[in-house]
Amino acid sequence: MDAKKSTWTEKKGLAQMLKGGVIMDVVNVEHAKIAEDAGACAVMALERVPADIRADGGVARMSDPDMILKIMDAVTIPVMAKCRIGHFVEAQILEAVGVDYIDESEVLTPADEANHILKHNFNVPFVCGCRNLGEALRRVGEGAAMIRTKGEAGTGDVVEAVRHARTVLGDIRKLTAMADEELMRYSKEIGAPYELVKETKELGRMPVVNFAAGGVATPADAALMMQLGVDGVFVGSGIFKSGDPAKRASAIVKAVTHYQDASILAEVSKNLGEAMVGRNVSQMPEAEKMAGRGW
Amino acid sequence: MKIGVLALQGSFAEHLVALKKLTVDTAEVRLPEHLDGLDGLIIPGGESTTMGKLAVAYNLLDAMKTFGQRRPIWGTCAGAILLSKDVSRDQPLLGLMDIKVRRNAFGRQVDSFEIDLDIPELKQATGAQEDYHAVFIRAPIIESVGEGVKILASLPDGRIVAARQGRLLATSFHPELTNDTRFHEYFLTLVD
Repeated sequence: MDAKKSTWTEKKGLAQMLKGGVIMDVVNVEHAKIAEDAGACAVMALERVPADIRADGGVARMSDPDMILKIMDAVTIPVMAKCRIGHFVEAQILEAVGVDYIDESEVLTPADEANHILKHNFNVPFVCGCRNLGEALRRVGEGAAMIRTKGEAGTGDVVEAVRHARTVLGDIRKLTAMADEELMRYSKEIGAPYELVKETKELGRMPVVNFAAGGVATPADAALMMQLGVDGVFVGSGIFKSGDPAKRASAIVKAVTHYQDASILAEVSKNLGEAMVGRNVSQMPEAEKMAGRGW
Repeated sequence: MKIGVLALQGSFAEHLVALKKLTVDTAEVRLPEHLDGLDGLIIPGGESTTMGKLAVAYNLLDAMKTFGQRRPIWGTCAGAILLSKDVSRDQPLLGLMDIKVRRNAFGRQVDSFEIDLDIPELKQATGAQEDYHAVFIRAPIIESVGEGVKILASLPDGRIVAARQGRLLATSFHPELTNDTRFHEYFLTLVD
């Protein structure tokens, strides 16, 4: 009767417990408590929300372990933290700190322009971003136990989140209609491991939990992503860059649970105060976009 | 027979899959009126604070309390927390079972584990003799139980991880994450 830890079931399983929930970016203990009180199912501890990373420029790195630890002490819900793409030492540090999930994130400045972290080497589970099914399954192949569509973080513009969710879910719909003998060619075409392509076809869905992220700013945005077919929602700058974070956070939590109930969505959308100002992605120079980071 | 699964947040889809394998009619419960006509309710894994707040916001907490006085409820992990009377902190609870629960009792995610458990009542109810493979994720333990609560399973070190009080059932672990449907079959035996 030996206990087994950090198995694939355990890693995927925590993400399954987060489904139907909202994971919120928080930069300090006060934010973390507001998020928990609003009903967040987890928080992402980071020093600057994506909107500020954009505004500040420069290199964005892993957060100070001390601030992450303070947030871990302040809340009972799971705490995630971000490391740079390919920066496996930042990931080792976050694992040593004891975070519940690591986000190998395009929001930070990539440390490796060819390789992601071999996430199977870690006991702590990882979530990674994607724009299409091939990218998602490459990350799962490396050991990501949870996927999120990237969207365009820190913009408050949901258009890229919709584009990526539609692409991933559309790719899966196409795949489920393919004949088995077409799967190897399709794997080659999208650059994904054959076994995972096969598994995705058999399941009719992503083999791990799939959240939406990047640009969600309102309860309606969150419910839109849920109706498109994702399992839950990350909200970054959208809450704490708005006029009344506690009220907006609570409204987005309710919107994700009651995403099919338009009368509840109408009720929670009332009097939320200023939304984050936002930036129109279609008018943004390519070099400023984060979603293209990741290989 | 129709079984509802609380669908505010968490692993409700996994419970629905297990129930459908057993050819049971199912319903997702998000509002009080969704409890109408149900013969039993499952509260899934997830975050108990999230579910508690959403239940309070739409008057579902009191509706579930009333439901549980007449009908079976099974809580897995977060669901076991919600069923309990005491979790040593202030959060919304149903308080239907006379058990004291400690949240995140094993530490953080890297301390989560899987283990085989010997559960005599489960073997008796289902006739299958294999041990039960239990998946614990940031799991709570049942620190103590009151009178009338039967302990169903403990870890090798004695810590309680499953208990039943009449037709109310609490498990620290997640039967919805495995393909073994014995716990779901066992819960159905508690339903009229």
